[in-house]
Amino acid sequence: MTPLISPWLPAEAGGGVPVLPVEAAGTFWWLWLIIALPALGATLLLLGGRLTNPWGHLLGTAMSAGSFGVALVMFVALLGRSEEERQVRQQLWTWLDVGDYTVDMSLLFDPLSAVFVLLITGVGTLIHIYSIGYMAHDERRGRFFAYLNLFVVAMLVLVLADDYLAVFLGWEGVGLASYLLIGFWAHKQSAAVAAKKAFVVNRVGDVGMSLAVMTMVATFSTSSFVGVSAGMPEASSGTSTALGLLLLLAACGKSAQVPLQSWLLDAMEGPTPVSALIHAATMVTAGVYLIVRSNYVYAETPVAQVAVMAVGLVTLLFGAVIGCAKDDIKKALAGSTMSQIGYMTLAAGIGPAGYAFAIFHLLTHGFFKANMFLGAGSVMHAMDDDVDMRHYGALSRAMPITFLTFAAGYLAIIGFPGFAGFWSKDKIIEAAFAEGWVFGVGALLGAGVTAFYMTRVMLMTFISKKRWRSGVHPHESPSVMTVPLVVLGALSAVGGVLLLGGWITGWLEPVTGPEGEHELFVSPFILTSLVTLVVLAGVVVAWLVFGRGELAGTAPQRVSWVTRAARNDLYGDAFNEAVFMRPGQHLVRGLVYLDDTIIDGVVNGVAALVGGSSGQVRRAQTGFVRSYALTMLGGALVAVLATLAVTLA
Amino acid sequence: MSFPLLTILGGVPLLGALLLVALPRSRAAAAPMVALVCSLVTLGLGVVVAWQFDADAGGFQLSEEADWIPALGAHYALGVDGIGLTLVLLTVVLTPVVILASWRDGDLGRWSANSFFAWVLALEGLAIGVFAATDVFLFYVLFEATLIPIYFLIGGFGGPQRSYAAVKFLLYSLLGGLLMLAAVVGLYVVSADAGAPSYLLTDLMDVPMEETTGRLLFAGFFVAFAIKAPMFPVHTWLPDAAASATPGTSVLLVSILDKIGTFGMIRFCLGLFPEASQWASPVVIALAVFSVLYGALVAIGQTDMRRLVAYTSVSHFGFIVLGIFVFTSQGGSGSTLYMFNHGLSTAALFLVTGMLIQRRGSAQIADFGGVQKVAPVLAGVFLVAGLSSLSLPGLSPFVSEFLVLAGTFRTSVLAAVVATLGIVLAALYILLMYQRTMNGPLQASAAAIPDLGLRERLALAPLLALILALGFFPQPLLDVINPAVGATLSHVGVAQPEPDVDVSAPDEEPQP
Amino acid sequence: MNPGAYITLSALLFSIGAVGVLVRRNAIVVFMSVELMLNACNLALVTFAKQTGDLSGQVAAFFVMVVAAAEVVVGLAIIMSIFRTRRSASVDDASLLKY
Repeated sequence: MTPLISPWLPAEAGGGVPVLPVEAAGTFWWLWLIIALPALGATLLLLGGRLTNPWGHLLGTAMSAGSFGVALVMFVALLGRSEEERQVRQQLWTWLDVGDYTVDMSLLFDPLSAVFVLLITGVGTLIHIYSIGYMAHDERRGRFFAYLNLFVVAMLVLVLADDYLAVFLGWEGVGLASYLLIGFWAHKQSAAVAAKKAFVVNRVGDVGMSLAVMTMVATFSTSSFVGVSAGMPEASSGTSTALGLLLLLAACGKSAQVPLQSWLLDAMEGPTPVSALIHAATMVTAGVYLIVRSNYVYAETPVAQVAVMAVGLVTLLFGAVIGCAKDDIKKALAGSTMSQIGYMTLAAGIGPAGYAFAIFHLLTHGFFKANMFLGAGSVMHAMDDDVDMRHYGALSRAMPITFLTFAAGYLAIIGFPGFAGFWSKDKIIEAAFAEGWVFGVGALLGAGVTAFYMTRVMLMTFISKKRWRSGVHPHESPSVMTVPLVVLGALSAVGGVLLLGGWITGWLEPVTGPEGEHELFVSPFILTSLVTLVVLAGVVVAWLVFGRGELAGTAPQRVSWVTRAARNDLYGDAFNEAVFMRPGQHLVRGLVYLDDTIIDGVVNGVAALVGGSSGQVRRAQTGFVRSYALTMLGGALVAVLATLAVTLA
Repeated sequence: MSFPLLTILGGVPLLGALLLVALPRSRAAAAPMVALVCSLVTLGLGVVVAWQFDADAGGFQLSEEADWIPALGAHYALGVDGIGLTLVLLTVVLTPVVILASWRDGDLGRWSANSFFAWVLALEGLAIGVFAATDVFLFYVLFEATLIPIYFLIGGFGGPQRSYAAVKFLLYSLLGGLLMLAAVVGLYVVSADAGAPSYLLTDLMDVPMEETTGRLLFAGFFVAFAIKAPMFPVHTWLPDAAASATPGTSVLLVSILDKIGTFGMIRFCLGLFPEASQWASPVVIALAVFSVLYGALVAIGQTDMRRLVAYTSVSHFGFIVLGIFVFTSQGGSGSTLYMFNHGLSTAALFLVTGMLIQRRGSAQIADFGGVQKVAPVLAGVFLVAGLSSLSLPGLSPFVSEFLVLAGTFRTSVLAAVVATLGIVLAALYILLMYQRTMNGPLQASAAAIPDLGLRERLALAPLLALILALGFFPQPLLDVINPAVGATLSHVGVAQPEPDVDVSAPDEEPQP
Repeated sequence: MNPGAYITLSALLFSIGAVGVLVRRNAIVVFMSVELMLNACNLALVTFAKQTGDLSGQVAAFFVMVVAAAEVVVGLAIIMSIFRTRRSASVDDASLLKY
């Protein structure tokens, strides 16, 4: 094994951590297999078409599980290595090489991508298993698993690539998979529109990503992690800030952060396993991954860091408020996802003190949110695909396993002491307070609101009185669906062990640098107690509002403007429509008109002019021989006179 | 002179065309097969040409040269460099695909199927000649000659508006050709003044030229190529032509013939008039960026699928021209690669929309809906073709589009930023069309649409396979293109931009 | 020899012929007027030839005569066939060949 870089050096405080990988060898030679397995599955299933329906789900699940197995082996192998050698790079082939710019297709397996690979393939496999049950009656089940495999491939490319352009390949790949899966039931107009919206909004973010890569090419002649991280300290501050903001724009698109948040709620049109895998656990966290991965960029640009934190803070409150007003269980969870990713973004913006906690919260969120989405899917399955929580109630008896696992997720997300979310969120709030009052208070407030809306979901779905529609007979889902729920529920409960002895921070240190010291105005214990109190307050308020009295079977219409705004996604769509869509449509119509009438009109006008004038000239051809003769005579006379004039003059 | 491989490559389809003309009408049913075999032989020869080509050597290869009209200095001179080879390959790859996809299209025209396929083959032969010509006079003659087959293909086998479209196309192209003819005459004067007249590219490149003369001649060539490409504002013949022609003709027109425009810009504008090219580049870049956005926006507003695809091409040609005139290696190589990739992706898009239109008898987007339910394979191919048109990473156009943008960013940040907005618009025009035709509830009128047949799958499969393969492995083609683009750029004489921060040796510690 | 008289006569004859072509409608008369113009030209040609002592003018006159003979053959045939189909020898009636 030859180190590509002479010994790994710990970064100086405040500076970025250069990416210094070693060549993949031994066990790590098999790294490519992690991606190749689901890629094989996706290819076979897509080419096989309808033939694969009888066994496609098994193949897809097997490929995902196989990938998870390989990833686990790799992870253990990485654990066995010393800290300096935990960044492993496998060169596959040269993607493109033009002038002074080269992009390699190569994989980087380091502590950061390792946890992501495990999350993607692990949770991914569970969701594959769950989907076997959930999609059992769909006539295109083979296709569904093909898309799921395709998503896993793209997501793995995203986190394993070691060049920003290759990341972009995965980045748009997950966008495509998301498009296909949101629009899986494309015969529904709403699904088709939502899928398109998700792709287009993501593309706006992708403009940021493209421009970021272009900036890298112009500045460093490379877009590899190694090159950019090495060159970053020398880049001008303008370049650093531009890069930071462009990457933030990209992250906003993919992670549904304000102002590019609007697609996520609509994305719930997809089948519920999709919402769990893509729009909760993995894809939407890609933005956080990108920011943490680019820590060496943000180390040079405090401006962009503040922007990241601001986006995170705004989104965490934005999402939480939306989550409070939604009666659609999936949309309530989607608002919550937005909000939780806001926490991660906030943490990522804090810098080295927050990176590890961003990733930690990302992992625990991956567990409990996937768990709750799958739980919601299980409920919908039981309620004949009804998503309106006002038609639920008292399901805890009918669906005990779903209830218990959902409860584990619930306790985790609100940060009930001991559960996974408690550890991760608490750390973020702590770091935010150290960064500034505004961020700390905002994050604390968000925790309270989270407790409120999650308690609301819990009460409306499982606890309160029955409000079932007639003909609905809720029943527990088959074990192929409940087993993944149980596993994820368990992870939601005990996911906090990752923090034991500061393991997660130590593990990520080669990527993110050492966790900086932060000073708190009070002891962490008091702060934790404060957070717990706020959470408790949220729960109690929710109980007072939704737990005691009768709940209306339909959403009440006479509500405050806050509720109305939250029901309308805080007018995000209305804003986009008024500012971009309408003027855009007018512009397009105007341009089409311009093109048809003016630009093409000029062309056709010239043609008509020539045609018309020749038509006039043609009139001189009367057909009367004598007039021709007169013309000839006249011409001859003119010629003679002209000759005479010339000769005489 | 070595073995005249290029002459044979161009001659085989021309001979095939003659053979088809000689084929009696009673045997018209055999015409597609004859044409297919002929184009496959040409493809085989094209592979031989590519195999004979030494990418590392650079310069013009497989050259042939003979005097043609000594008094004018015109030669019969052929040869390919990396750029020419790329486009020759595109031509020989696409023609069999077009023939296979247009199997029955010749039956419905004004003339017999024989003549349809004869014109297709004639076009292939002439296009190969255009891309391989290394003599300006020969290039000009072939450039004008390509108008003849395409005129008859549109005018003889198209839709109801075919005569209008064919005449509009012909007159527009002739106007450009006229300007080019003037410039060609001017080149004769310039080269005669410098000594013996010669139209050979290699001779003309070294001819000294006055600044004003060069700029005027440049303008003559550029306008002709801009009409051909087509760029805003001389693009309006394309939507009309594409809406009236058969899908196969549209492919030949947009994927192959229009490339002569951008190919000519690299080969002749940059090659012969380096000073004038630099002088004009700000205007051209502005026009190209505007074309990118304008084409995309107008495409969004189209109701006819064929016109929509035509307008997307206006946008894509904007990218290609942009890459050519920023004078960076990424831009130039990206543009050349883009020509190839755009050829593939637009061919796929035109053919698949053509198949869809043929099934339903209407090209209006509003007449479709929910087709993916009854024709999943067709929908899948449509989606892949569309995604390649919107430059999804992993499909071949992405690599070229990104290279163009990256190359642009290095010289003009503003142009790159504005052009990058085009990728959002691209997503809109493709996905809106896809959503309205393929997704949503199944329309009753579209319910009887059958899925793709075997012949149609066979025609589209090679395109999709190439699009996918070149998305992940573009390097073999780039290896061919890079030396040629490098030579052109060094001839233009613009210094390549240097990175601000040198990290070329990543295995060293960064400088303090 | 005074060429002036010959030239004057030639010009006079030509003018009469030209006016005849312009004002008469009957194809035969128009035809005769054309012949008159041709012969006026011949007269001028011969006069100039005599004056310059050069034969080429006289040769040209022969050419004119030959052309005139050929013209008569073709022209009369056309007039005859028009007359047969239209029952008219007016040149103004034969005006179909126009825009």
